[in-house]
Amino acid sequence: MKDLREKIREISKRYPDMRSAIMPALYLAQEKYGYLTREAMEEVAEILGIPPVAVYEVATFYTMYNKEPVGKYHIQVCTNVSCMLLGAETLVDHLRKRLGIDVGETTKDGLFTLSTVECLGSCGTAPVMQINDTYYEDLTKEKVDEIIKTLKEEAS
Amino acid sequence: MFEKVLLKNADKPESHRIKTYLKGGGYEALKKVLKGYQPDQVIQIVKDSNLRGRGGAGFPTGLKWGFVPKDPTVPKYLCCNADEGEPGTFKDRQIIEKDPHQLIEGMAIAAYAIGANKAFIYIRGEFAFGARRLEEAIAEAYEKGFLGRDILGSGFDLDITVHRGAGAYICGEETALIESLEGDRGQPRFKPPFPAVKGLYNSPTVVNNVETLSCVPHIILKGADWFRGIGPEKSPGPKLFCLSGHVKRPGVYELPMGISLRDLVEEYGGGTRSGRKVKAVIPGGVSAPMLPESRIDVDMDFDSLAQAGTMLGSGGVIVMDESTCIVKVAKRIIEFFHHESCGKCTPCREGLDWIDKIMKRLEGGNGRKGDVELLEDLCNNIFGKTFCPLGDGAVMALRGAINHFRDEFEYHIEKRTCMVA
Repeated sequence: MKDLREKIREISKRYPDMRSAIMPALYLAQEKYGYLTREAMEEVAEILGIPPVAVYEVATFYTMYNKEPVGKYHIQVCTNVSCMLLGAETLVDHLRKRLGIDVGETTKDGLFTLSTVECLGSCGTAPVMQINDTYYEDLTKEKVDEIIKTLKEEAS
Repeated sequence: MFEKVLLKNADKPESHRIKTYLKGGGYEALKKVLKGYQPDQVIQIVKDSNLRGRGGAGFPTGLKWGFVPKDPTVPKYLCCNADEGEPGTFKDRQIIEKDPHQLIEGMAIAAYAIGANKAFIYIRGEFAFGARRLEEAIAEAYEKGFLGRDILGSGFDLDITVHRGAGAYICGEETALIESLEGDRGQPRFKPPFPAVKGLYNSPTVVNNVETLSCVPHIILKGADWFRGIGPEKSPGPKLFCLSGHVKRPGVYELPMGISLRDLVEEYGGGTRSGRKVKAVIPGGVSAPMLPESRIDVDMDFDSLAQAGTMLGSGGVIVMDESTCIVKVAKRIIEFFHHESCGKCTPCREGLDWIDKIMKRLEGGNGRKGDVELLEDLCNNIFGKTFCPLGDGAVMALRGAINHFRDEFEYHIEKRTCMVA
C-alpha cells in the first residue's frame, strides 16, 4: 500500500505546477481520513510544499470536500428541477422518516448521512441520488427502501 | 432518417473500449490529420464547418482555435470542459461513459491544431465513474500510440490528464475552470485577456466542451461541407438534446440541429407521462428562459432560439406539464444559482441572495405587493453587471418565468397560495 505522501507526489507529476495537485490530493486525503480535518489539510500542504492557507481555501470552496465527518454511506439526493418535477421532495421526506434523521444529519450508528444536492447530471433518469460514488436512478420509494436495506446488510 | 454521428457507437457492446472504437473507424481522423494536414489547415476545416461550441455559448470553435498565438516557444494548453452541471443537461456523460475515445481523438486533433502538448479533461467530481472510464480509455490510447511521445511517428507529443472537480457549478465557466485547474477557488477571471491569449498557467489555452471536441473527428473524416449540410448552415451539425421532466420518454436524443422543439417534446419525448397538456418547456438548461406551450414551435438551434428570446444553451430540455407551479420552479432555479454563486462579484452574490429571499417568501405564501416589480428591479441590476454569465443565467431564467407567467406570481402574492395546487 502506497502511503498518502507517495500517492500525492505521484499525482502531482501530472501537472506543470504543484498547486494544481491540491484538488486530487484533497480527494486522496479524504479517502484516507473519511473527511478533511485541519490536520489532514496541513498534511496535504506540507506534502505539496505550499502554504496551508492555499489548501484551506480550496477545501472550503468545493462542496464535495467534507469538512465534517460523514456516515459510511453518504446519501445525496438531487432536488434540482427535473428531479423535483418527478418527486424528489417526497423521496427526501421518505428517507428522513426511514432513517430518522434530518437533511444534513448522520444516523447514530454512523451508517448514513443524508444530504440534498444540486443537479447530478442525470436528469433523464430522475429522480436520482448518489451514495458515495454510485448513482441510483429512476428512483421510487420502494427502490430507495431496497437500496437502504441492501446497504444495511452489506454493513453488518 | 438521420444517421447518428456522435452516438453511433453508444449502443455497441463494450462501446467504451478502444477495440470497438477502432473497428468503427476510430482514430482514422487523427491519422489523416497527422499525415496530411498542417495545424492551420485543421483550423480552417473546423472554421469552414461552422461548428459552434456545444457548452452553451455557441461560439465558433475554429475561430476560438485561431486566436491562439502561433509562437512555438510558448507552451499552450487544451482543456476539455466536462464539468457538465447545467441542470437539465446529461449529454456529455453519454460520450464520456459510452464512447470516450471519440473525445480523446477529438482532443488530440484539437491539440495538434493549436500546438498544445498538454491537455486536461476537467470533469465534474460527481462523475467518478466517468472519470475512471476516461482514465482507462486514455491508458488504452497511450498503449496504441495515439497519445504520448511522437504520436504515429509524426513528431507530435500529447499528454492528457483527467482532473476531477469537486461540486462547483461555476467551474463550467471557462476562466473559473482554469482557476480551479491551477489549484484555486473556482472564481472567474476578468476578460480580456481571453484564455486563448492568457489562460492556464498564463499561457494560451483553449477550453472546449466534450460534445464540441467529439464533433471534430467526424468533420475531419467527412468534411466541412458535410457538417455544414446538417441543419441550419450557420448553426449546423448533429446535436445531443437532453429530454427530462414530465416527458414520457426522457433521455439523450441525437438529432440534426434545428429540429422543432415541439417535435422533440411530442414526437421523440412522447408528450407528457401524465397525459396532461404541456405547460412550459425550458429549452437549454435552467439558464435558458422557459417558453410557454404556445411558443414551442421553434427550431432548436442557436440563432432561432435567440430570436425567440431564449437560448439553446447546453441543449437541456425540461418539460413541465399543467400541474407545475411555475413560481416553485423559478424559486428552485434561483435557489440553485444562489447556492452556486462563487461570491466574487457583488451584483451576483448580494443580488441573488436578495432574490432568493423574495422567492422563498413569495412561494411560501408570504409575498408582498410589489414583490414582482422588486424582482424585476433586482434582475436589472444584476444582468450584464457581473464577471461571468452565472448571474445573467439566473436573471434570464427568472425573467422568462415572470414574462410568461406573471399572473401566477401575482396570484401567489394576492391569494397566498398556488394557482395550480
